[in-house]
Amino acid sequence: MQWEVVIGLEIHVQLATQTKIFSGSSTAYGAEPNTQASAVDLAMPGTLPVANEQAFRYATMFGLAIDAEINRRSVFERKNYFYPDLPKGYQTTQLAEPIVGPGHVDVQLADGTEKRVRIHHAHLEEDAGKSLHEDYHGMSGIDLNRAGTPLIEIVTEPDMRSAEEAVAFARKLHGLVTSLGICDGDMSQGSLRFDVNISVRPEGEEKLGTRTETKNLNSFRFMESAIHHEVERQIDILEDGGTIVQETRLYNGDRNESKSMRSKEEANDYRYFPCPDLLPVVIDDAFIDSLRAQMPELPDAKKTRFQAEYALSDYDANLVSSNSAIADYFEQTAKVGGDAKLAANWILGELSARLNAEDRSFRNCPVPAERLGQLVQRISDNTLSSSGAKKVFELLWNGESADVDELIEREGLKQVSDTGELEKLVDSVLADMPEQIEQYQSADPGKRKKLMGGFMGPLMKASKGQGNPKVLTEILKKKLGD
Amino acid sequence: MSISREDIEKVAVLARIRLEDDQVEALEKDLGNILNLVDQLQAADTADVEPLAHPLDAVQRLRPDQVTEIDQREAFQKIAPATEDGLYLVPRVIE
Amino acid sequence: MHNKTVAELARDLSQGTYSSVELTQHFLNRIKQEDTRYNSFITVTEDDALRDAKAADERRSRGEATPWTGIPFAHKDIFCTNGVRTTCASKMLENFVPPYDATVTARFRDAGAVCLGKTNMDEFAMGSSTENSHFGATTNPWGEKLVPGGSSGGSAAAVAARLTPAATATDTGGSIRQPAAFCGITGLKPTYGRVSRYGMIAFASSLDQGGTMSRTAEDSAMMLNVMAGFDPKDSTSVDQPVPDYTANLNAPLKGLRVGLPKEYFSDQLDPVMAQTVRDAVREYEALGATVKEISLPNTHLAIAAYYVIAPAEASANLSRFDGVRYGYRCDNPKDLMDLYTRTRAEGFGSEVKRRILVGSYALSAGFFDAYYLKAQKVRRLIQQDFVEAFKSVDIIMSPSTPSPAFALGSNTDDPVKMYLEDIFTIAINLAGVPAMSIPAGQIKSLPVGLQLIGNYFDEARLLNAAHQFQQATDWHQQSPAG
Repeated sequence: MQWEVVIGLEIHVQLATQTKIFSGSSTAYGAEPNTQASAVDLAMPGTLPVANEQAFRYATMFGLAIDAEINRRSVFERKNYFYPDLPKGYQTTQLAEPIVGPGHVDVQLADGTEKRVRIHHAHLEEDAGKSLHEDYHGMSGIDLNRAGTPLIEIVTEPDMRSAEEAVAFARKLHGLVTSLGICDGDMSQGSLRFDVNISVRPEGEEKLGTRTETKNLNSFRFMESAIHHEVERQIDILEDGGTIVQETRLYNGDRNESKSMRSKEEANDYRYFPCPDLLPVVIDDAFIDSLRAQMPELPDAKKTRFQAEYALSDYDANLVSSNSAIADYFEQTAKVGGDAKLAANWILGELSARLNAEDRSFRNCPVPAERLGQLVQRISDNTLSSSGAKKVFELLWNGESADVDELIEREGLKQVSDTGELEKLVDSVLADMPEQIEQYQSADPGKRKKLMGGFMGPLMKASKGQGNPKVLTEILKKKLGD
Repeated sequence: MSISREDIEKVAVLARIRLEDDQVEALEKDLGNILNLVDQLQAADTADVEPLAHPLDAVQRLRPDQVTEIDQREAFQKIAPATEDGLYLVPRVIE
Repeated sequence: MHNKTVAELARDLSQGTYSSVELTQHFLNRIKQEDTRYNSFITVTEDDALRDAKAADERRSRGEATPWTGIPFAHKDIFCTNGVRTTCASKMLENFVPPYDATVTARFRDAGAVCLGKTNMDEFAMGSSTENSHFGATTNPWGEKLVPGGSSGGSAAAVAARLTPAATATDTGGSIRQPAAFCGITGLKPTYGRVSRYGMIAFASSLDQGGTMSRTAEDSAMMLNVMAGFDPKDSTSVDQPVPDYTANLNAPLKGLRVGLPKEYFSDQLDPVMAQTVRDAVREYEALGATVKEISLPNTHLAIAAYYVIAPAEASANLSRFDGVRYGYRCDNPKDLMDLYTRTRAEGFGSEVKRRILVGSYALSAGFFDAYYLKAQKVRRLIQQDFVEAFKSVDIIMSPSTPSPAFALGSNTDDPVKMYLEDIFTIAINLAGVPAMSIPAGQIKSLPVGLQLIGNYFDEARLLNAAHQFQQATDWHQQSPAG
């Protein structure tokens, strides 16, 4: 049987506010445990929440970016459940009246086609603290620094049909929120967390299958493998005549396995009701219009501009505009380096590969854009050969802070293009290779190109890698009588 | 309206309150009486009436995004039942 | 000294008749001698009081005194006091010493008032008799076998017994007015939002309001001058100018329009009570008021709506008491569930548990619409009754309670019977309007309270009407024989 995969996402986006959603505590990451947990965050008796205006600005900006309805009135509700990382015994969230109504995100897939993913709604809520599972004499430790960090939870319609589509959407969304500046996008710190709802159904069937939810996927790679894993698991069960249980599952990316989180399932009845400590939030057209006027350039607009301004291909433009970090990096590199196409090649090629391999992002890239720009410049003006460029890049990647020109000088990587000097070199190398010359000259013209390589190796070696290959080839051809 | 033993036990789990058997019995009567009292509501005609959550029908004032809180961990943890290394300790949380 | 009003004490202090230290010592001595009979205080803060009195005397000598500087008073033990145990009369908070002040506490501190201690109450303000206290019941100074009313019974008894000139209190369904009536003193529940709730331990957030207990309306006006005002830490507090509540006390009442709701004077009202209240109303007519019958047609629904809304809000408000960050924690919890369920079973008293269970039930799946939503709709009907009534009258008058103080133990076995004690006061909290209870007669030598209900933010008019009554009568000067 052919199976169709149906995927919907819920995404928790930590907003890049200075303070928490209901208190004036800092949201800075990495502080000592509980040093950023105020009386309000700790749910001390009698304390009360006051809502952060910036969280509403950011949520509204997101709504504008996905072409959504912005609800002029939104209401916080209490979602009641007990958990040690939830100090009040309820999470303050929005349910019936969220700030952002239906919208959509258009995603470009690898084959170039466009896919529209509908957004059901996005609402504001508070994050929980963290349970640390190191062993404290059989106890767990609770850190409430994160408790009360503002989140928007974005809920999509079940519009995605493959892991690739889901990941493409997730990347697009990541690019969107980082371009908006409403989230730092650092997935390793949990700034963006994906819950994936997955079901399968026979091809052609309209009714949705029973879905499972895989929680808290914090890298695109894990998201993709988690979806593949879950789809296979479900199809295996169905093909063996079993049924899917609606449940929450936890995926272990390192082991590529998942398990049911039954503990979270036990008879939840969240008893939502409007939070009486907070009043309905009403925003007006002026609030929305002022944000609309301040909206930064978003990835789709950037892509169009990059194609026009830098003559990038559709493919390259799409990739280097995909999030603000890479886009900013590209623009700086291109500005310094001059050759935008070459800049894009380096960024999408060597640099991206290295960053991915170490799970790093452009935001904490060890090579500053200015340095890569200098490198691009020295490649395009022939100062560096490709092997020289690789050597310089290696130094930069490993934290070398010196100017690229200084590095070329210091490491003696400047390419020799002086014809007189190189002619002498060619003469001395050819003097030792009479047989090869003979062979070359008697060869069929079609095979000569290949034989040329036999000379270039020793020549590059003799020039200690500094000879400009283009110039050397010219001289060689002349000397060999081509 | 009456409330069953089972309902009381279910809601006690939601509210995380342990009940002894004799308490459940007493609660069956007391909660049943209270629910009878509140069932007077059902007689009210509330068609086209908007619910009222706050007496003043006011709207939320929003706070500027400025840090106003300082670290008071020491003061807060002095009154905590169990802490270590700045963390609040609870029986093991099993994921 | 203890028979003087706050206004008189302020005058004496300013004239140097005695010092704040002498005055404070006098009240501390009285508490020591007398309170073993009433149990009106949970905590007496002798050292802090004397220290603050000394500071007040110094402030006065520097010429920086305000009307409250050096005046002793007491806080209901629901207001958080920095460095002083705040129990809410619960085992849950038996040893809770908050490292922060409630806004009301801070305002009295700033005014230079001297807090003698924290008064007894029904646990978490749930009750109408102050019998639901972990620290034992308070008795009524008018009869040792009588309840003082509740939940602010400690404050009421302490003021009536002249152990403090005044005390703060809170009112969610009558918790100021009913004990004020039972103890023969003056109590004011302001408009919802007039006094900050920050640091006032929440029972039902949309109903709770801090207020005053004193011997006279003039003293209540002086208290409200300190307490009222916008607080940026309480989203539900109202940003509206605060008048000087003492300024208008002496305005004549000629032309004051008084409404008597026929539903409050039904056949079910005890005829002696009805007559006593009508006599008090006649006094108002003598002072120039015009009286007419009005209707508050949804009165009969108030108790039902209240006993859904208040427990529902309370069920969530009290979830924070989980034994994790502060307060009581059960011994040797074997797992997380055990920690929660045993801490809360052992830490809360039976009435608190009952209300948490009722509230959780009313919010649970399948019942939300029938209970909570329905109650909120009825709440609007009740509010509209008052809005409508205040189109044609300035003040609504009624009995504060169905009868004078009842005997200790007489209602403890039947929660519903206890709930019906608040039949005249509860609708006022649902509507959010201000109301007072003033001593206005006696039945069998026990005080009877007259309830004055005002329009939103019309506290000054209520205080004016109460003050004029107290200029013309001496019910407020009667003191218990003890």
